[in-house]
Amino acid sequence: MNGEPSREAGVEVRRDAGGPLASRDVALVDLLDRLLAGGVVLVGDLTLAIADVDLVHVSLRAVISSVRAGEVRAR
Amino acid sequence: MSPEPATVRYCYAITRPFPADLLHGVAGIHRAALRPVHEAGLVAVTSPVPAADFDESALRRNLEDLDWLAGVARAHSAVVDAVAEVSATLPLRLATVYLDEGRVRTMLREGRRRFAAALDRITGRVEWGVKVSTRPATGPGANRPDPAVDSGRSYLRRRLAERDARETGWRRAAAAAGEIDRTLSALAENRRQYRPQHAQLSGGRGENVLNVAYLVAEERSAAFVDRFVALRDAASDFQVELTGPWAPYSFAEATGGADAHTAEPREAVR
Repeated sequence: MNGEPSREAGVEVRRDAGGPLASRDVALVDLLDRLLAGGVVLVGDLTLAIADVDLVHVSLRAVISSVRAGEVRAR
Repeated sequence: MSPEPATVRYCYAITRPFPADLLHGVAGIHRAALRPVHEAGLVAVTSPVPAADFDESALRRNLEDLDWLAGVARAHSAVVDAVAEVSATLPLRLATVYLDEGRVRTMLREGRRRFAAALDRITGRVEWGVKVSTRPATGPGANRPDPAVDSGRSYLRRRLAERDARETGWRRAAAAAGEIDRTLSALAENRRQYRPQHAQLSGGRGENVLNVAYLVAEERSAAFVDRFVALRDAASDFQVELTGPWAPYSFAEATGGADAHTAEPREAVR
């Protein structure tokens, strides 16, 4: 399942052409949906204050600002 | 002082016991060797990571660094995928870290009922992602007037027409999304809706109006994909996209369609 096309014939999945993140990781934006808002939520030992929405917010800001930086560089 | 940099245990996934050699060749974050931790009839798949990268302030900083975030996310995903190949797997949220193996054991012991119930819920199921988006607004000149007469007034008219076309496109995609969601939900055991993705992130190819994950029994996956293909082929004025199969990230918590806000308040060990 690691970035490979689906085993199901006739459908291309885990592929996303042309997006700002596409060249670095075809499914990063879909992956971050799941890794930052999905998964089992446990209170770990080091990251008590960074949970849920907070984590999503922090990271999305990183992604968006990075995309914008990329756009500026591309011009 | 220790001569080695301090490490903590990053936890990728919880599963039931499986032969350790099935993960041969799979590495974790920073290529660290995986260390399965067995306790209470469960296994947490972990690896050591530098403590300095994952304390609260460092993590906050690192999450702002897209290269760091992407690297950790991809490593996490690779481990989860590898584990999911061999056993029903509960992925953990990104950056779940414990001080040492003993703390991982405690987590497994204390959560064993919850984890066992969740594993039962997702065993034999996979997750598929479906997104419905508008077509990009700049179609081949559908609403363009003759540029030769593009006076101030016609410029305004054109802008209004473009806005109307965008809104029409959004309404069509949203209406179609509802129908697609109902159709695919009938083949799924559960669904979970995510926020629509920012157009800049998902490729700028139209506005994302629906972003859903479905939990589908493995034996119904082929039917699910077939149904998706039929819906996609019938889609003319909007776009649909399928991702997966994923490990059941979106259904690891027992909250069904709702967002998971179930962090258990517990004293932090520092």
